[in-house]
Amino acid sequence: MSTTTAPAPRRTAPALPRKGSAAAPRRTAWTPTLLLLLGAVYCLVPVVWVVTAATKSRQELFTTFTYAPGSGFWDNLAELSSYRGGVYWQWMANSALYAGAGALLSAAVSGVTGYALAKYRFRGRSTVFNVLLAGVLMPPITLAVPQYLLMSKAGLADSYWSVLLPSVLSPYGIYLSRIYAEAAIPDEVVEAARVDGAREWRLFRSVALPMMVPGLVTVFLFQFVAIWNNFLLPYIMLGDDHKFPVTVGLYSLLQQGANEPALYTLVITGALLSVLPLIALFLGMQRYWRVDLLSGAVKS
Amino acid sequence: MASPPPAARALRRRGSLAPYGFLGPAALLFTLFFALPIGFAVYLSLRAVKVKGLGLGSHARTEVWAGLSNYTSALSDSELLSGSGRVLLYGALLVPTMLGAALFFALLLDVPRVRFGAFSRLVIFLPYAVPGIVASTLWGFLYLPQVSPGYYLLTQAGMSGPDLLHGGGLYLAMANIAVWGGTGFNMIVIYTSLRALPAELYEAARLDGCSELQIALRVKIPLVAPSLVLTFFFSMIATLQVFAEPMTLKPLTNSMSSTWSPLMKVYRDAFVQGNVYSAAATSVVIAAATLLLSFGFLKLVNKRTNGGS
Repeated sequence: MSTTTAPAPRRTAPALPRKGSAAAPRRTAWTPTLLLLLGAVYCLVPVVWVVTAATKSRQELFTTFTYAPGSGFWDNLAELSSYRGGVYWQWMANSALYAGAGALLSAAVSGVTGYALAKYRFRGRSTVFNVLLAGVLMPPITLAVPQYLLMSKAGLADSYWSVLLPSVLSPYGIYLSRIYAEAAIPDEVVEAARVDGAREWRLFRSVALPMMVPGLVTVFLFQFVAIWNNFLLPYIMLGDDHKFPVTVGLYSLLQQGANEPALYTLVITGALLSVLPLIALFLGMQRYWRVDLLSGAVKS
Repeated sequence: MASPPPAARALRRRGSLAPYGFLGPAALLFTLFFALPIGFAVYLSLRAVKVKGLGLGSHARTEVWAGLSNYTSALSDSELLSGSGRVLLYGALLVPTMLGAALFFALLLDVPRVRFGAFSRLVIFLPYAVPGIVASTLWGFLYLPQVSPGYYLLTQAGMSGPDLLHGGGLYLAMANIAVWGGTGFNMIVIYTSLRALPAELYEAARLDGCSELQIALRVKIPLVAPSLVLTFFFSMIATLQVFAEPMTLKPLTNSMSSTWSPLMKVYRDAFVQGNVYSAAATSVVIAAATLLLSFGFLKLVNKRTNGGS
């Protein structure tokens, strides 16, 4: 990742004279604070459950109190790792591949498309934007069934490509990139570079792109999450469970668990491990989730 | 949406081909993975298989034109209709609850002098990182009376909990999963647009003696209305496309049929019953309904905003 991110601009410009509020005592607003914490507790209910449940052995799962930690975490982990020759870790690696490569390509395509839509006025501009956005409205199944049949004809069904390629174009990413380019790239800067004689592609590469990096990282993250969490497309495209991403893999485990409850501990442990990479991504790249970057940047 | 920048005037003067070049990759991907499959789906929806004799041998099954017969059977299919009804009911529970909560939390985050704001924001956003499959698995287990802490507490208090996995409770169960998963994301979208509002707006209101609540109701909510429209729109679309969650809950309850949502029915028709033609027709109907609903909604919004001011 690039390090060109500017420090997040504060919205409240210090230049403004603020007589009233500046003098106000800095008391904590407790009611909103507590209500927000209540919301946070609700969001943590299943998270805390999966953490404790993953520590429970098969016997403890349905017999001990929900939030009482068990004694079987390492056994569960070992059992999950050895399940069908470690196929679980293959699923995780596949998810990383689909989401990582897909999101990278997606950010690149979104960036260049969003830039063109934001910074040029040309014939068909709004039509292009509307048609791309209409892609959001297409029910994924309306696309996935014919995509599968076409992929089969091309001999690509049940391959890595069949999941990777349809994930690259992201209407939402393009939308975000366009908004970001409009806000973050001042026309004066583009014009100045153009007067200097920069060609359009070089102008994009060396002037616009660096300014768009924080926005593109955001697009990357959103798309990474979208692909990692996607279920329908890989579920339809793939038959070979060695190519499954972790969502489809866990689903297949859960299906078997309905007949073989012994697998439930594996499902739970696997569910916990499957969200850890995304949570790490959130915590590790928090500054890129600072969506307030979207404002401020070009406010003058 | 934010008002378009006044500039780009200067950029137009260079009527170059550059923007078309920049749009090339997106256009190629759109053609291959959106336009072509949609066209193919429409084509398939007009076809059917005719079986000769016993349907044995390589030439016994031939594809023929079927006209609109797939559509007439799709539209008169009671399962599609009742599936749509179920999804509408589920959406009516889900969307207002989720967006209400998202707006509420976004406004709370924007209150000055809130403590642990960053922590709450992160935790409420966290479920967004959890795949629908995993979220439904976790909640699915928590809905089981022998696992759920809620049931545990109710039993201790001598009461019995509602059955969330059968009958009407299933709608609550499903809506709760989606509220849990979606509130944080929508909260961030609304919060972002709150943060984008110039601070001077509130300064004036504060100097006039407005309370934070009044500022929220009279200044903030009207100004973030566009992002509310946006989140409502996307939530509505996502609701119609619900698939992974009911698929995951299905093994836990016999109240969930394999055609609970319209998308599940398409999946079953195409891959369990092997009738891609009827599945294609149904999926085209779903797409058309989605588009119709979306454009209707956008038109309504535009009329409102144009007529209002």
